[in-house]
Amino acid sequence: MSDLLKNIIRFVLFILVQVFVLAKVPPLHRFIVPYLYFLFILWLPYNTPRAGLTLLGFLFGLSLDFFTKTPGLHAAACTLIAYIRPFIIGILMPKEATEMSYSEPSITSMGFMPFAVYAFILTFIHHTYLVFLEWLQVGSIWFFFGKVLASTAISLLLIFITEMLFQRKGRYRTNVA
Amino acid sequence: MRNIFLFIARFSNLLFFLLLQVLALSMLFRYNKFHQAAYMNAANEVTGKFFLRYNNIETYFSLRKENDQLRTQNADLLNKLATNFSAPDSNMQVVQDTFRLQEQEQYRKFLFLPARVIGNAVNEQNNFITLHRGSNQGVAINMAVVGASGIIGKVVDVSPNMSVVMSLLHRKNSVVALLKKGSGFGEVVWDGKDPRYVSLNNIPRTVKVAKGDTVITSPYSDIFPPGQIVGFVEEVVDDKATSSYNIKVKTGTDFFSVQHAFVVKNLQKAEMDSLLNRIKRD
Repeated sequence: MSDLLKNIIRFVLFILVQVFVLAKVPPLHRFIVPYLYFLFILWLPYNTPRAGLTLLGFLFGLSLDFFTKTPGLHAAACTLIAYIRPFIIGILMPKEATEMSYSEPSITSMGFMPFAVYAFILTFIHHTYLVFLEWLQVGSIWFFFGKVLASTAISLLLIFITEMLFQRKGRYRTNVA
Repeated sequence: MRNIFLFIARFSNLLFFLLLQVLALSMLFRYNKFHQAAYMNAANEVTGKFFLRYNNIETYFSLRKENDQLRTQNADLLNKLATNFSAPDSNMQVVQDTFRLQEQEQYRKFLFLPARVIGNAVNEQNNFITLHRGSNQGVAINMAVVGASGIIGKVVDVSPNMSVVMSLLHRKNSVVALLKKGSGFGEVVWDGKDPRYVSLNNIPRTVKVAKGDTVITSPYSDIFPPGQIVGFVEEVVDDKATSSYNIKVKTGTDFFSVQHAFVVKNLQKAEMDSLLNRIKRD
C-alpha cells in the first residue's frame, strides 16, 4: 500500500476513533481526557516536507475541531507538534539513519527508548498547549498541572497499547522504491 | 529588498507555522462571539451526518432508560388531566372545556418542539450537543433546550437540518435559577470539572437550603420556560468572600446518556424584544 493511501486511511480512522470511541468513554477522573488522535502526526513518514507536515497538522486538528465544535483548539496544538516534530527527530536520531533506512517513526525504526522519549515530548507539548488554551479563562494552577500530567500518562499508555496491537513493519526504504 | 526575500526563504517554515497558529487561535477566540461562521455551518451539516449514523446504533443501548423516563413524564402529564379530578358535590361536574383551550392558544408563550440528540460531549471544557433539527424545522438561535428530566442548554448555531446547543456543561454558560423552596435567585455556572455537577452561585445566606432541594429556572427568563428543573442541591458551600452560598447542584439531566430533547420556542419573544429595543433607543 502506498504511503499516501495508508496515511489517508489513518487520518480518517484516528478522527473517528477519537470522536466515537475515546470521547464516549465515561470520564474516569476530572483530570483525565483520553487523547490518542495526535498519534497520526507522530506516525507520518520521515520524508514529509516541513511545510506539508505543518499544514497537515493544522488540517488534521481542524477536522477533529469540527466534531468537537471548538474550531482552532486542536488545530493549534496539532500544528505546534507537527512543526516541532522534525527538531525532536533531529535530536534523537542521526540524520543518515532516518533518511536512508526506514520510512516512518516507530519502535523498530528508532529503538524503544528514543521512540518513548519522542512520544513523551510531543504528547506533553500537545497536552500542555491544549489544556493551556482551554484553561485561559479561569481555573487553578493545580488543575492545570494535574490535567496535563494525568492526560499525558493516559495518552502514553494508549500510544503503547496501540503500538503493541498494530505492530508496524519497519519497512526498509530501498533506493529502488 | 533582496535581504527580505532571503529572510522569507530562510524562515519560510517558521513563518508558515506562525501563520497557521494565528489562524487557529483567531478561529478559537472568535468562535465564541460569532457562532454563525459560514464554514462552521457547512461543517455542522457534515459532522452531523456522522453523528446521526453513530446515534442510530447508540440509541438502542439506552432504550430502557429512555422508556422509563418517558413513562414517568407521561404519567406526570396524565395526572394533570382535568378528568382525574372530581369534586364530591353531585351538582358539580368536571367537563373538559376544549373551547377554552383553543381560546388560550393565542396566548401561548412557549412551544415545545421534539428533537433527537445525535451528538454529545462531556469531556471537554466547553461541551456542545448536536440536535437533528435545524432552521428548516423551526429552530433558531437562542432557543432553550430542555430534556425530560431537566434543562439541557440553549441553541447557539443552526444549519438547515442540524443545530448546535451550548450545554449546561459549558464554561460560558449561565442560567438564572432559583430554589423551589425559599426562592433565592442565583446563577447556574459550570466550573469545567465534574460533568455531573454544576454550581448555583450568589444565593443569599438568608435563604434556608437543604440537600435534595429542587433548583428550577427563573420565571423572568425570556429563553427558558419557568419552573423547569435544573437539578437538585447536593452540597451547600459558604462563600466567605461574598457572604453568600455557592451551591453544588446535581444536574437533573444525565448528560452522559441524553437522547431526547425539546427545543423551546418563545412565541412572544419578538414582541418583548422590540419593546426592549424601543426603550434602549430612547
